[in-house]
Amino acid sequence: MFTPSDNWDDLSREERYEARFAAWMSTEDRAFETPEAEETYKRRAQRVKDIVELKKPDRVPLLPWIGGYFAEYAGFTPHDIMYDAAAYSEAWRKFNLDFKPDYLVFAGYANPGEAFETLDYQVYRWPGHGVREETSFQCIEDEYMRADEYDFLIDNPERYYMTRYMPRAFKALAGWQMLPTVFTTMELPIIPAFITPIGTPDAQAAFKALLKAGEQALAYGSVVAENEAKLAAETGMPALPGGVTKAPFDIIGDTLRGTRAIMLDLYRRPEKVLAACEALVPVAVRMGVETATAQGNPFVFIPLHKGADSFMSRDTFETFYWPTFKAVILGLVEQGLVPYHLVEGAYNERLDIIRDPDIPAGTTYWSFDQTDMEAAKEALGGWACIAGNVPASMLHSGTPEQVEDYVKELIDTVGQDGGYAVSNGAVLEQAEAENVRAMFETCKSYGVY
Amino acid sequence: MSQKELINAITEMREIDALRIADDLLESGTDPLVVLDACREAMAQVGQGFEEGEHFVPELIMAGEILSQISNRAKPYIEAQEGAEVAETRGTVVLGTVEGDIHDIGKDLVAFMLDVNGFEVVDLGVDVPPAKFADAAREHDAQAVGLSGFLTLAYEPMKGTVQALKDAGLDDVKVMIGGGQVDEQIRDYTGADAYGRDAQAAVRLAKQWMGG
Repeated sequence: MFTPSDNWDDLSREERYEARFAAWMSTEDRAFETPEAEETYKRRAQRVKDIVELKKPDRVPLLPWIGGYFAEYAGFTPHDIMYDAAAYSEAWRKFNLDFKPDYLVFAGYANPGEAFETLDYQVYRWPGHGVREETSFQCIEDEYMRADEYDFLIDNPERYYMTRYMPRAFKALAGWQMLPTVFTTMELPIIPAFITPIGTPDAQAAFKALLKAGEQALAYGSVVAENEAKLAAETGMPALPGGVTKAPFDIIGDTLRGTRAIMLDLYRRPEKVLAACEALVPVAVRMGVETATAQGNPFVFIPLHKGADSFMSRDTFETFYWPTFKAVILGLVEQGLVPYHLVEGAYNERLDIIRDPDIPAGTTYWSFDQTDMEAAKEALGGWACIAGNVPASMLHSGTPEQVEDYVKELIDTVGQDGGYAVSNGAVLEQAEAENVRAMFETCKSYGVY
Repeated sequence: MSQKELINAITEMREIDALRIADDLLESGTDPLVVLDACREAMAQVGQGFEEGEHFVPELIMAGEILSQISNRAKPYIEAQEGAEVAETRGTVVLGTVEGDIHDIGKDLVAFMLDVNGFEVVDLGVDVPPAKFADAAREHDAQAVGLSGFLTLAYEPMKGTVQALKDAGLDDVKVMIGGGQVDEQIRDYTGADAYGRDAQAAVRLAKQWMGG
């Protein structure tokens, strides 16, 4: 947890950035088991700060996207880790200890299956619940938001989520459709309008389900958190990234309207799509700030989906995707945070657009999947830190030698003067351990400056 | 109102205009097959635009949506005709997202592009077990099978499906694979005949294999 100072509003962007990093890098309130672990923590935190600032650290940092691969590696199924926090913890600990990444493996896979069942979650299928136990969770796109609901979303995104999206996304919360506006709490004689509907059987059932899901999530999450704290204390590995948010176009295109519907909306109601993206900017910034602040971590993970080269034209990207995505980046940077992008697919046709003069140099991180890395370096060099691109296919079906050569080539061509991290392109599920190891070892040995 | 105007309306993504022109043509007694031919021509142009990097997913989906609406409107007129000719197909492709993967957007775009280019598409949906691909390929006498998969978890099922087709004695059936993380390395790993980056690549492969 990061606590902003009393004079936070008076601080400059740079001061906020330094304050967040100082808190994250401080070892005072962190318990390390050995002085070596403490040293490791300081060095690795500094290393990633250096690359964000486009400096050359002692060596190239390793920031892979391990996804759910750690479970497969440790002999557990995706189902095991969602339904048994001890199995999750054992697998996660084993991977971190065996592979010794620079930073604790990103914890986006600590997801309590039981809580999702309690809520009767509709937007994803997960192992044993719509997909096989050996298969990871996958999104089911649908029109969870109807075409005629744009105005409601634009007018009041939070209330739209509470009373329309959530009752559809979580069947157990169907009763929330009739949740009264919170403004009914402003005077005693109006409060009955707020609390009486909560007494109805549907609302009661919804709140009971939510309470139960909360208990289940906390029981699972406590085991995960305890295990993480223990490993962090033992090894000194910092956790990355901290917060999370999304680009406004993806918020609508991924889980509100779905790809098919939002693409039709671009022609049928383009002004609504634009207005909704704009309405979601403060929502997305707030989500990034709150989640990163809660974690006490300056990095905000932003996975990028529907703006990739293969999805839309440059024109469409510049009109519909970029302006509000840029506003989210600026909003986070203004709060001293580092947007930590995972650019899925390819951004070859967007590199000159994202290098926007309004975004200050040395404030953002871009991990690419299939984007040409030399072109990325050419376009973004001296402006933003880049990473990524070791192919998922190679980590799965290639050889350790192939991976070693690939990583060396990346370091030689785009990693020579700092502002760079070694990473794979897409979030891993399946891979050969020896190939993953080759990526790690090559970064550690060949990446020394 | 002319076919030319209909083609322009579709290729320029003017949905309301396209539907109105189609209605006018149909109501004024234009042969519904001529209207559908104009749609096919428009789709070919949209596909061409896709290949040339002018059109993308929104345009394919929009054009597909317009086509489907016009087809529905033309249907009663076609049914009223005696012995309307069924368009000849260039060949049959069995298509599906492989076992364990439930993503359908990429597969649907491939199905659509193959269909508008004159191929018969047998769409098996998502999470399709290897044996089902083999059964469908045999049943429909398919010349090609297309395997789609968005995630890395599609690699093993793709390999398994290629093997299942071989085991079923369907060695002559060509296999194309595609998806977000599919490349030459995975083509080699799975033993598929080819991989494609996008829906237009699937059309190119199908034409190469089946002529046209």
